[in-house]
Amino acid sequence: MTEPLSFEKSRPNAHAPRLPDADVVAAEAGDVIPRELLRAQAPALPRLSEPEVMRHYSRLASMNYSISEQFYPLGSCTMKYNPVANEAAASLPGFTALHPYQDEDTVQGALELMWRLEQALCAVVGVDRVTLQPAAGAHGEWTALRMIQAYHRSRGEARTEVLVPDSAHGTNPASAALSGFQVVEVASGPDGRISLADLESKLSSKVAALMLTNPNTLGLFEREILDIAELVHNTGAKLYYDGANLNAFMGVCRPGDMGFDAVHMNLHKTFTTPHGGGGPGAGPVGVKADLVPFLPTPTVERMNGHLKLDFKRPQSIGRVRSFYGNFGMLVRAYTYIVAMGGDGLTQASMDAVLSANYLRKRVEGLLDLPHEGPCMHEFVASARNLAPNGIKALDVAKGLLERDFYAPTIYFPLVVPEAIMVEPTETESKPTLDAFAAAIAEIVKEANESPEKLRHEPHSLPVGRLDEVATARQINAYLQGLSEDPILRWKPAREQPC
Amino acid sequence: MLAALGIDSMEGLLVDIPQSLRIPSLELPNGLSEFETMAQVTSLAARNRVFPDRLTFRGGGVYRRFIPAAVAAVTSKPEFYTAYTPYQPEASQGTLQAIYEFQTLIAELTALDVANASLYDGATAVAEAAMMAYVHTGRKEVLVAGYVHPEYVDVLRAFSEGRGIKVKKGSEPTAMTAAVIFQQPDFLGLLVDAPELTKRAHDVGAIAIACVDPISLALLAPPGQYGADIAVGEGQQLGLSPSYGGPHVGFIACHKDLVRRLPGRLIGTSHDAQGRRGFVLTLTAREQHIRREKATSNICTNHSLCALAASVYMTYMGAEGMRHVADVSFKRAHALATRLAALPGWELAFPDRQFLNEFPIRVPNPAAVNRKLARKGILGGLDMHRWFRDLKGVFTFTCTEVNDARAMDELVEAVSS
Repeated sequence: MTEPLSFEKSRPNAHAPRLPDADVVAAEAGDVIPRELLRAQAPALPRLSEPEVMRHYSRLASMNYSISEQFYPLGSCTMKYNPVANEAAASLPGFTALHPYQDEDTVQGALELMWRLEQALCAVVGVDRVTLQPAAGAHGEWTALRMIQAYHRSRGEARTEVLVPDSAHGTNPASAALSGFQVVEVASGPDGRISLADLESKLSSKVAALMLTNPNTLGLFEREILDIAELVHNTGAKLYYDGANLNAFMGVCRPGDMGFDAVHMNLHKTFTTPHGGGGPGAGPVGVKADLVPFLPTPTVERMNGHLKLDFKRPQSIGRVRSFYGNFGMLVRAYTYIVAMGGDGLTQASMDAVLSANYLRKRVEGLLDLPHEGPCMHEFVASARNLAPNGIKALDVAKGLLERDFYAPTIYFPLVVPEAIMVEPTETESKPTLDAFAAAIAEIVKEANESPEKLRHEPHSLPVGRLDEVATARQINAYLQGLSEDPILRWKPAREQPC
Repeated sequence: MLAALGIDSMEGLLVDIPQSLRIPSLELPNGLSEFETMAQVTSLAARNRVFPDRLTFRGGGVYRRFIPAAVAAVTSKPEFYTAYTPYQPEASQGTLQAIYEFQTLIAELTALDVANASLYDGATAVAEAAMMAYVHTGRKEVLVAGYVHPEYVDVLRAFSEGRGIKVKKGSEPTAMTAAVIFQQPDFLGLLVDAPELTKRAHDVGAIAIACVDPISLALLAPPGQYGADIAVGEGQQLGLSPSYGGPHVGFIACHKDLVRRLPGRLIGTSHDAQGRRGFVLTLTAREQHIRREKATSNICTNHSLCALAASVYMTYMGAEGMRHVADVSFKRAHALATRLAALPGWELAFPDRQFLNEFPIRVPNPAAVNRKLARKGILGGLDMHRWFRDLKGVFTFTCTEVNDARAMDELVEAVSS
């Protein structure tokens, strides 16, 4: 099944929606505004009736896999179920209708929610303050690095390097580079954990921070974290926690106690705000006391039961986005935390670790498991055992799509060849995990018996494997002026008069 | 499951965590039932004061507009809101096609070649555009011309500082200038000479960055028409509620020469072996998961669902519907400006300048105006003095299709009393 583009379905005689009339006496814009500031040609937007619009998007919706219908074991992404109560809470008019420039005394409920969410996140990760402003995890990473940079500068130190393990998320080095740092890679040892010897050799008075996730991207807890923290702190550098894997140990241990100075959290992972097909998320950042002066403005402060926004923070790194963050996502995360409570969050992490270890056990013997267990909330397998049949991790992923599962993260982390990174989360039942393991078994059987068949899956989805190389080639041709087709957008056949 | 693992307690799985790091429990209350949870959250919502759409005359970057019911009906489909970033294209064609349509809608609206899949907000869109200009020109200064949204400038400064880029104010670029950034209409609602600012940028080899209001583009010259290289903006007005400032959606579109410098996701058309058209994430060599520290930006999660909302809005309204609300907003704002300027002590702050649907006006008793209005349930103008020393006593008021004639009467009555 494919669906034409809205532009292709457009009908020139479709009625525009009925909208309010001006009902006032005033000149027409076209008579007042100088011609060179007016639009010469109307944009070629589609013209469709409401039923056509609704049908178009309903058909598009039916072409997606999603948490609502499929198991989504995407490693590092924590695709857990998104409670529908979160959506109900975020839709309350008392939240959706608030203008960001309303006076503080008319938004006390919103500020109270933000304040309580900050307190709860402080308790979960063990830090002193949290900014809720960053819009996503990578945005949070960058915000934290800016604070660390400001901290060093305030002490008259120009530290220019940030250390990043070779197994880190791609956002880590990118965020460091965008903050103006040089990125220095630290090697993983044979057991998948950071190499202390390599770390030691790269630490110097030039290093501003080490960025680390724990458990690491292999799903392994960095057992030597306290030694790592001591090494880093002894050189005056800060330790940064990438919170992508926070779901592993809520209520069990806290990054703040491990020695991390700054921590970002992904509310769209650990705290069940939906992923929206690629956002919006929210990436709050928690910090220890000596980084607090550098938090973005404004912060939410509570005085004698009254809440206010504090803009007077002389050492602040400034604003990292407009207004106060993705407030609607903060409401959802707060609702989740209230419903779960400390006991529920702890149980969630325990169940996530149990699910991952159970599933790991179930795929043992089917796929390679390059590192020793137990794992935490996720594990990395490798499809290199299928290589003799010409089967790659990509083929396993496509085979899973054919069997009605979303695919795990593949080819990441980079340190494992043919990586298949599986994170089941706590919200999946044992029957679902068993069905997934059975699908892997079936795929491995097919890889051995009829690899050619597997290489052509999926068959039952709206499209088969797409030729991404051809797409990139055609875009290059367009950008070099060799083709008229931009590939990155639909092109109207003709321009319309204004 | 424990039995399958051959262990009898969870402790067997937590062996790698040093005992000294273990905590007895979280210092948080225990969980609640859904009923109790909702009661608690609802009581927080009830502690906020909601001003009705029709009586909201405050803008400053976030506006009340008519939102078709179709928008929420689409974005609340779990197939859209519970999906992940479309890494597996065969299982994500719905999201991919919707965002490809978003890219086309934004490119059409701005009259530029290519738009990306979305950014966080208008502020980060301005900053990302400035970073593109810095990399493209190799120059380390950006010029902000006129009254650009002060929070956008703050974010631009935060992005620039780490990389050693200077942010200057003014409208006279030099050979050191990477980009001239202007907002049309500006933060006060006034029209700027966008074609002239674009020309000045190009005269010194700088990039012209236009920060635009998407609804205004149904009426005003789009950046592509006057030759701006990059258009950015805030898409909140395209079907998203104010929601205390977010989540909304930033957009960015550019001339084809700059496509490889674009931040974030891009979606293109492709084909499968049977010749069926499909959509894929493409030009990923710009992105963090491939290029790591050499990526054009660090963006991973962006604002896909908000881009979907904007697409539904633009598709539902069409060019004609958007032009209609832009016209209605223009007329109402002008009618209101005339009435307010006729009140004793009130006068337009920039009487010689054109505006669209938001305008700056000098008010006689700044401290009292909004208090009086709030008493009548009206969310009045925005005090510009908060950001600009030279605008003491100047408020901006905004009108859209939701502020009916009777609401304007109520506003004028309330300030006259």
